[in-house]
Amino acid sequence: MEGVGRMEAEGNGRGYLSERGWKSWAFTLDHKRIGAMYLWTTTVFFLIGGVFALLLRLELLSPQARYFSNHTYNVFFTLHGAMMIFLFIIPAIPSGLGNFFIPLHIGARDVAFPRLNLASYWVFAAGFLVIIGSLVAPMDTGWTFYTPYSAKSAAAVTTLSLGIFLIGMSSILTGLNFIVTIHKLRAPGMTWHRLPLFIWGMYSTSIIQVIATPVVGVTFLLLAAERIFGVGFFDPTKGGDPVLFQHFFWFYSHPVVYVMILPAMGIVSEVIPVFSRKPIFGYKAIAYSSVAIALGGFLVWGHHMFTSGMSPLANAIFSLMTFFVAVPTAVKVFNWTATLYRGSITFEAPMLYALTFIFLFIVGGLTGPFLGALATNVQLHDTYFVVAHFHYTMMGGTVMGFLAGLHYWFPKMTGRMLNEKVARVAWALIFVGFNVTFFTMFILGVRGMPRRYAEYLPKFHTENVISTIGSAVLAAGILVMCWNFLQGLRKGAPAPANPWRALSLEWRAASPPETENFPEIPLVTEWPYGYGTPKG
Amino acid sequence: MAHGTGHSRRAGIAVFVALLLLTAVTVLVSYVDLGLWNTVVALLIASVKASLVALFFMHLKGESRLVWGFALFPIVFLALILLGTLSDTMLR
Amino acid sequence: MSDPSGEHGDPAVAFESAKLGVWTFLATEVLLFGALFTAYTVFRIRYPEMFRVEHAKLDRVLGAANTVVLITSSLMVVLGVDAIKRGKARLLEAYFGATILLAGVFLCVKYAEYAAKFHHGIYPRTNLFFSIYFMLTGLHGIHVLLGMGVLSYVIILSRRGRLSASYYTPAEMSGLYWHFVDLVWIYLFPLLYLVG
Ligand code: HEM
Ligand SMILES: [Cu+2]
Repeated sequence: MEGVGRMEAEGNGRGYLSERGWKSWAFTLDHKRIGAMYLWTTTVFFLIGGVFALLLRLELLSPQARYFSNHTYNVFFTLHGAMMIFLFIIPAIPSGLGNFFIPLHIGARDVAFPRLNLASYWVFAAGFLVIIGSLVAPMDTGWTFYTPYSAKSAAAVTTLSLGIFLIGMSSILTGLNFIVTIHKLRAPGMTWHRLPLFIWGMYSTSIIQVIATPVVGVTFLLLAAERIFGVGFFDPTKGGDPVLFQHFFWFYSHPVVYVMILPAMGIVSEVIPVFSRKPIFGYKAIAYSSVAIALGGFLVWGHHMFTSGMSPLANAIFSLMTFFVAVPTAVKVFNWTATLYRGSITFEAPMLYALTFIFLFIVGGLTGPFLGALATNVQLHDTYFVVAHFHYTMMGGTVMGFLAGLHYWFPKMTGRMLNEKVARVAWALIFVGFNVTFFTMFILGVRGMPRRYAEYLPKFHTENVISTIGSAVLAAGILVMCWNFLQGLRKGAPAPANPWRALSLEWRAASPPETENFPEIPLVTEWPYGYGTPKG
Repeated sequence: MAHGTGHSRRAGIAVFVALLLLTAVTVLVSYVDLGLWNTVVALLIASVKASLVALFFMHLKGESRLVWGFALFPIVFLALILLGTLSDTMLR
Repeated sequence: MSDPSGEHGDPAVAFESAKLGVWTFLATEVLLFGALFTAYTVFRIRYPEMFRVEHAKLDRVLGAANTVVLITSSLMVVLGVDAIKRGKARLLEAYFGATILLAGVFLCVKYAEYAAKFHHGIYPRTNLFFSIYFMLTGLHGIHVLLGMGVLSYVIILSRRGRLSASYYTPAEMSGLYWHFVDLVWIYLFPLLYLVG
């Protein structure tokens, strides 16, 4: 690529991390620092949410409610779900890694509206503080907050609604910022078809954030209004319609699964070519399928409501559309596989996680159509099959993609290398633990174990014990990984500017990058996937 | 960047007058009982008014295709949430 | 960093970015109100009789008056933005001041309407029509309030001499937002007051 030698800065200084003191963080306008703040915050919530998950698994060791009351169990799965969704997985990749790498990827000095960017972090912080405040009367409604129960529950639903409204606002502002940034701040020569695929993923994600989030915002406002003023939209005794709540909720919450997965797919599309030393196969197909998934994702929300008493026509339409949105997803999987084919593959940690993503996501993805089909859905709805399905897509998919990204970009973000051996040990524990924990849940689901109960029939005992053992292994893996990150941060070997010999622009900045990212704005003459070609 | 001109002021005032007239029309029509057509007429007039505001006050008229895209894009989704929800509630 | 917004090297890019940003924000707003309009449609189709009876309790004349107020305020914004494009900062401040005044009138009328309803024992919980009425107009009212804040901020900027014929982005952008608030009301008025 043009100018690599000239532009490549040495990774010796502390770059954007030079300034110290809390003020240099709290008031920073630097997208890298804001991204880092999101990463820290969301990781903390990931760990807290994980503790709740372990408590759930602990309880499920025995068929009777032994350690916690039924109510406490309800609270735990609600907090686990709500934290994982709203405070970890939705913001983690977009607001964390997205903030850090979008400007670097497109050759810009910052996002389009740096002050708005800082504001959205603080709105996010206000949101999670309010959510923490709601713990005085913790939620027991499940993360879906279905009415009429949520309108009546004695828990602090109103406070929590407000908190989620704020989180949503932050998400909207971030999406808005990214859309404008990608349109307006690309470096000279950075045409749409030269954009890294991560950017395509983030662009599609941002569309969803901007269009879908306001709907859930109003929904939570209406829920709060129902509790405060007695507004009756969702209250059947006033002629309202509880299913309307579900429509609004899923109009957001289905598209939002693509807010979770599209950026992860973007990361995988970056990592695979680098570690197979091959150009990405079918660039345009991957790029456009991101947009297609984002738009198509709006057409299928009803597939969460097949058993809600929705009209037969709506059931049929939503079921049919669900099969169509599976197509662009499959396109991506084919393209990644084709990229791997006859590549010179090496198995560093980022690649291990990227491959794990593909594998687990195929399992999660292929179990989706079972749930999208009307007949099987009625059987499997609200069983552990669903729990297994969404953990395979969310944890096996998004979280693995996120970890791939963290390992891949760790040298760039911190200026230090990770211990590769420890990283692989952690990966192995996570991989084994994950599958033991969640594959058993498919079996439990098919055999009819319902979700969201602290107690179950004795015939499900063995699998539940296996699953809990798996979750312990998984937790051990995550702890080892965290330890490795902390060690790397403190005393990892200094990272060169481009440890993976990758071609996208962020690797032309120093490790860690300077505050203004590039000494001068790069001139882009090629796409970033020219691996293995003479010029690469 | 366009600069203010006498022409744009006159256009603004013309649109303003049109909006006032349309408001008067829609109020007057509402006193006549046309059944379902009341709603249709009211929505049509509102849409004409909204278009005037968007085209002239928000000067969508002279904007690039990109801005047009940004402006029209959400309307598709408005239609979607409306139709998708009605496909259930009207036929339940 | 030469341009007054201090965020971009190139003022033309900054202007275009701000414009796209505002339009994206408005897209969000469309869906925000869109969900409420959906609820309106669902219940209106389900309970036509209730809507017919209940909407008659609203005061058409006050609603129409408020429509005129908002349309006028929009014209003021148009003229204000036009003024600053010609470099006339004082004129901008006068026009935007008038807009804020009209917005205040709008809210006062709204307040009078609300007070009258409460006086007659009509609350958001009374029935679905009034649930929707209060939610829609309430949310719109909050937008009017926010708009007043934004327009005041532009006036302050202008008083500090930060706006000119070559840099008027904040005036233009706040104007876009204000017209949108007007546009929402253009739909609210007939749907609630005229055809309920
Ligand atoms: C540490 C690994 C994890 C374990 C062992 C685990 C385990 C569980 C268990 C046992 C349930 C409750 C099932 C029930 O009673 O219905 C559950 C629910 C859930 N989990 Fe996880 N989970 C893990 C990680 C995650 C992650 C990473 C996410 C998302 C990013 C996630 C999202 C959810 C959601 C949304 C629910 C549904 C909550 C509800 O029913 O309201 N989990 N999980
Ligand atoms: Cu879905």
